[in-house]
Order: sequence, then structure tokens, then C-alpha cells
Amino acid sequence: MLQHDVIIVGGGLAGLRAAVGLCDRYNVGLFSKVHPLRSHSIAAQGGINAALGNHPEGRDDTWEKHAFDAIKGSDYLADQPAAELMCREATAIVYEMEHWGCPFSRFPDGSIAQRPFGGAGYPRTCYSTDLTGHMLLNTLYERAISLGVTIYEEWYALALAADEGQCHGIIALDFKKGAIVPVSAPATLFATGGYGRVFQYSTNALINYGSGIGIAYKAGVPIKDMEFVQFHPTGLIGSHILITEAARGEGGWLTNNKGERFMERYAPKAMELAPRDIVSRCIRKEIEEGRGLDHPLGKYINLDLRHLGEEKIQKKLPGIRSICKDFAGIDPVYEPIPVMPCQHYSMGGIDTNERCETLLPGFYAAGECACVSVHGANRLGGNSLLDTLVFGKMAAQAMGEYLESKHGTSNQALLAESGRNWERKIQGMNRGNERPAHLLARLGSTMSENVGIFREKQKLQQALDDLVALKEQYGRVFVTSPHRHLNYELMEAIDLEYMLDVANAIVLGALRREESRGAHSRRDFPTRNDQEWLKHTLVTLGKDGNPLISYRGVAITNYQPKERTY
Amino acid sequence: MIKAAGYTFQILRYDSMAPETQPCFATYRVQSLPGLTVLSALLTIRDELDGSLGLRCSCRSAVCGSCAMVMNGTIGLACRTQVATLGSDSIILEPLPNFEVLKDLVVDMTPFWTMYKKVQPWLMRKSPVPKTEVHQTEEDRNRIDQFVNCIMCASCYGACAVLARDPDYLGPAALAKLERFILDSRDERPLSALEAVNSERGVWGCDTLFKCIEACPKEVRPTDAIVGLRKTLLQYKFKKFLGVLKDEA
Repeated sequence: MLQHDVIIVGGGLAGLRAAVGLCDRYNVGLFSKVHPLRSHSIAAQGGINAALGNHPEGRDDTWEKHAFDAIKGSDYLADQPAAELMCREATAIVYEMEHWGCPFSRFPDGSIAQRPFGGAGYPRTCYSTDLTGHMLLNTLYERAISLGVTIYEEWYALALAADEGQCHGIIALDFKKGAIVPVSAPATLFATGGYGRVFQYSTNALINYGSGIGIAYKAGVPIKDMEFVQFHPTGLIGSHILITEAARGEGGWLTNNKGERFMERYAPKAMELAPRDIVSRCIRKEIEEGRGLDHPLGKYINLDLRHLGEEKIQKKLPGIRSICKDFAGIDPVYEPIPVMPCQHYSMGGIDTNERCETLLPGFYAAGECACVSVHGANRLGGNSLLDTLVFGKMAAQAMGEYLESKHGTSNQALLAESGRNWERKIQGMNRGNERPAHLLARLGSTMSENVGIFREKQKLQQALDDLVALKEQYGRVFVTSPHRHLNYELMEAIDLEYMLDVANAIVLGALRREESRGAHSRRDFPTRNDQEWLKHTLVTLGKDGNPLISYRGVAITNYQPKERTY
Repeated sequence: MIKAAGYTFQILRYDSMAPETQPCFATYRVQSLPGLTVLSALLTIRDELDGSLGLRCSCRSAVCGSCAMVMNGTIGLACRTQVATLGSDSIILEPLPNFEVLKDLVVDMTPFWTMYKKVQPWLMRKSPVPKTEVHQTEEDRNRIDQFVNCIMCASCYGACAVLARDPDYLGPAALAKLERFILDSRDERPLSALEAVNSERGVWGCDTLFKCIEACPKEVRPTDAIVGLRKTLLQYKFKKFLGVLKDEA
């Protein structure tokens, strides 16, 4: 058994930021299922929002205006004090990353460069070309190395160890050795990222199973607003690799098969820079009404950058240019990019407050796996990198205060017993006949088909029925190799069980929510209904093993809900 | 371009936890699809043919650096390599050289990260922390551009001929990382820090064969970094000899 003061699961931006904030005073153990630099934060492209006011057209930008944009963008489902906290902290967190070495792109005066982004009133997205996640993650990892953070690379969290009223740590798998190791700590943080791989078409990394959310749910922690799934307007056709919103921020156009900039009809002011939920719906509508283009891999819309010219594309969007060349065989300097909307971000997640606390004492969550909620029903581009860093920092503060006052002992017997249960559970996985990859493909296919951009009762019910069948099939899951070390199929099998719970919560929330708000768009209930649905969905594991659904009001303070126009 | 109905993959398989078994090639057939990457083929093999196959992958878009390996004798990222570009319908896949194999295509990256840590890869400042950003000109930012783009995939480490004979050599990625900080207008580490790499295991170890540049999937040129560090080091030594260095303790 290992012992730490603090366990952090996840080596992306949120997890590393929390580790950096605690490691001077506490014995931190950071567990990451991949080397931290392989975390999905690395793939973030466009930038991080902060009202620095560096841009000539953004001199009078303020954090209050940033907060308003985030709240309006959220379709008023964000908790306003939380969104305000994030935006108030934004400038300090960006300067901090700069001081730690982040190589931001620069304006001619030497200040951090900023660009326009979707749904934002001012150009406030700070960037490093179109590799902002890569630069931030490397910087934070360098910081963690300089401070000597203890990092367990390629260790998985299998489960939380919790009894009534206290989290005691995790059951971990040392993946290289195959050993199941209970880890005890009075405070545990999950920074495990999103669940993109629940969907067949996702921009997310292949490691984004979302099992962290499922692990918390299984431990009795409520998960919140799971029906709000962001579909990014511009995933590259075929591979679904993200093409950053910065492509439109820098002036790129979306065009249909008639060559029309169709956003003119839907969002005449914001055009291509309307928020993602709106742009994705418009693309889907264009395609459904016969104005999409044909490709062997499906219908698409063009993202045209040609008028920007080679110099600007190479300077501002070099990563996009490489991705287009490597994965679509085209050069955006000469050809438009074929794109389609793909699952991209999880607005929902583990229910937390602004201090990253969950309802389980000693258990915290931050970043994409958490739902504070600062993004409500739709996140604005550039706010997720911000979320990871601000709430990684908040989690460190809250956990530090908790550890100062905490004098309990951890339940070592519970941890040890849970570890033994996992040994048995894994041994039972080579008796059935259902390959995990096949079950995962079926899950992705029903989610992408039935729980996509536009939803309706019948299809959601179909997804729910498919999930029941998948759960039954999962009972016969079969893993080829009996070994635990570097057995990727085994990990997929373990993740899959959690993914089925995550998917179930998404579908249940979507089925119950009879309105359209942000990214949740019901064909059978096409308007927002503040009277009945201005509230958060909470899904909790019931005593009988079935999910219980409840609701909680939204914290509305400074901004009364209005109709969203752009 | 080879137009084949399918490809034959031969993958070098080995399990360090079962050292009594010898490394050997296993053969798999994978159907040809337009745009098929080596990574997609490997995942098809794992999902459909042999669930025990070991390989690392994450982003599948050539940004995370997980999947460097040897494909028909050439080092590259499996995710960005289209099978059709390998020029043959028979493909041999081997783990990255200069590392111990843990399982199949998964190598033990410990030495790579040990070298990385040795160069103290973080921004060092002595000046008081300003209220806003530390200003940097666009020109100064551009000087570090190629080096900050490194994704730590270790392709260069696998390709390096010096590392093949001397595993204690720092290697191209770590030295490129160091140069990234030396060139950064904001970094204030004393030049005496370069003493740590002033050896045959440091900047003087490089044979300038440019294998690292050839192997890099991100157009980073580690040899440029090594040559740059040598120049800085010589200038520092010369100034120290003349007694004109002010900022050194």
C-alpha cells in the first residue's frame, strides 16, 4: 500500500496545476495513465481567454465582460458566481504561466498576443500559434519537474475507496508491472478529463474514456448536467481531428456547396464566430437541407482559409496546416478544409462547487471531468484551458485548507479489501466472449447516431435500450491475455464498464430535459424553457444500483436570462 | 503508391515480464482502406486479431508523441504515417531503438526522461516578478520556435548513433530543450550552467550525422541546438578566460 497526503489522478493541466500548488507543503502523488505530456490538454489549439486588453481592439475589455460572454454562451445555465470567479482569476493565471516560461505568441509591443474567438465580445484569446495546449502543458510539466512532484506514470485509477462520509484514496494499477496497489490519502483529486470516446465521432484523444466520471459515480458522487455535450463545428473529415476555432478567429469562412457563407442567414453579426452550439447546428442544417458537399466518408462543409494567404496561415495556424497535410492530404493555403461537427467537450461531469469540493468529503474534481458549473449548457472556445488552470489552482487551495484541519485516519482495511476485490474481478474477465473493442464500437455508434446535435424522444429511447443490451453483453466481456501488465485490452474492458454508466447519465439527462438549451437541442422541444428547466440535472447511483435523477437551481446573480442572439 | 487489397504486418513481439521467451515476429493481415495509417492498422490488429498486442497511443494526430516506432526501417510516428506511403504491401514494425523493450512496441522511456531532467528544463528567472507579462519581442519569440515545438516523442533519441554506443550521452531532445531555454530572452540562468553539458556526454558527444533531424516528425533540428550550445559555451569560456564576465558568481 502507498500513502500520500494528496492523490491527484490525471497529469493534464488541471492535475499538474493542483500538484504544483500543493507539493511544497504536502506529500503529493500524481497518478497518470499516460506520461503527463501525452494527456489530452496537449491537443488544445486555439488559446486561453483572459481580458488582458493587449489587442488594439480589446483595450477596454474587462473580466466582467468576459464573465458575461461566458454566461450568455452557457445559455444561462452556468452558475454566475463560479463563472465570475474563473474570469476574475484569468489574467493572473495567464501571467503566471507566462512567468513560468510559456512561450506565448507576441504582439509587436512584446505583450502576449490575443485573437478573436467565438461568442466573445472582444479579442481576448491568448495564444501560442495554434499549439497553445502543447505550450501550456509543457510549461506546467517543466514547473512540476523543477519542484520535484512525485509522478506515477502509466498508473491507472481503478476505483475510489470511500465509505460513508469519507474518501480514503484509490485502488491503482501499476500498468507496467501489472500490480494492483491501494493508495491511501486523506484528500484525492480527480482531473481525469472528458469522455469523448463514448461517441464514435470525437475530436478527443483515444485515451479519453471518461472513466474518472464513472468511477466517481460508482462511489456515490453525483454527476451533473451530463446531457450537455459539445459538438465542435470543425472536425476534419475522416479522422475527426480538431481544426481549431482560431481558423475562424483569424478570418476563415464556412461555405456550403453553393459557395455561400451560410452563417450570414443564422448569425448575421457574429457570422463564423457564433458560439459552437449554434455553428454546429447550422452546419448540420445546411447538410440536412442538401447544401453539404459529398465525400466517401460522409457529407461535409468547407472551412476556407485560402483568402488569408500563406504567410498568415503559416504564422498563425502552422499546426492546422500540418494536420491537413498529414491527415487529409490537402494544403489549406490552396484548398478548403472539409469539416463536419464532432463530439468535442463534456460540459457535464462530477458535481463540484467553486472550491472543487464534491459531496464526498476528501474527494475533489477539476478540469473537464468536473462540472462546477462555469460552462453551463455550452462552453465558449478558449474557456476550457482557463477552467483547467483556475480550478486546478482552486483545488490546491481547498485541499490545502482541508488537510490543515483534517485529523482522521484512513480506512486501510477498506483499501486492502477493495484491492483484493479488483484482483478477483479482473480474473473473471477472461471467461466470456464479448471483445471490449466490439462493445465500445457499438456504444460509440448508438451515441453518435441517437444522442447527437439534434435529439428527439424516440432516438434517445433507442439509445437507452441499446445501453441496456450493452450492459447485459458486458457481463460476458472477454479479455484475450490473462496478464495485467501493459494489457491495453484489459484497460479498455475496465474503462468500458464506467463508460456505460457515463453514457447512461448523458441519455437519461437528455431524455428528461424537455427543452432546447445550449448544446442540448430537442427537435420535439425546440425552445428554451426557463420556467421549468433553468436547473442543473444531477444523476446519483441509487441503493438499488439504478440512477436517481434530481435537480438543483442555477445560481443567477448579476445577469437575468435573456434570449441569445449573435 | 501500392494498390493492394491488403497489407501484411510483421510486428516484433516480446514481453520483458516473460524473459524466457525470445523476441519474434508475428504476422497479421489487414485490409487496405483509403488513408489507412499505421496506427489505425495496429488498432485493428489489437481489436480484431490479437488483443494482447502492446502499443502506446493517445492523440492520433501527431501532437502527443506517444507512438514513435520503426516502420520498414524508418523511424516515425505511427499515427501520421499512411501505410500506402511505405511503398510496400509488406510492413515490418519494430520498437524504437536505443531503448529496452517492455512489451512489443512499448519501450522503457526512463533514460529519455532522465536526460531531460538533467538539463534543468524550466525557465529560470532572477529578476523580480512583474505584475503583467515579461515582454518579449516577436523576433525573440521566433528564435525559440522550432525548439518549443518538440513533442518529446524520442524519435531523435531512437535515431541517434551516439546513443547507440554510449547510453550516457544526453541525446538530441534534452540538448534541444536546453537550447530552447538558453535562447529564450526571458531565461536568466547563469552561463556557468552550461558546464554541466561541457563534456563528451554532453554537447561534444554529437557526431553531427543529422540523424535526429531526419527522424524528427516536427521539423525540429536538434543538431542546430547542439551547435548553438557549443558556440555559447566557447564564448562563455573565452570571456571567463579574459575575465570580462560580470554576471557569474
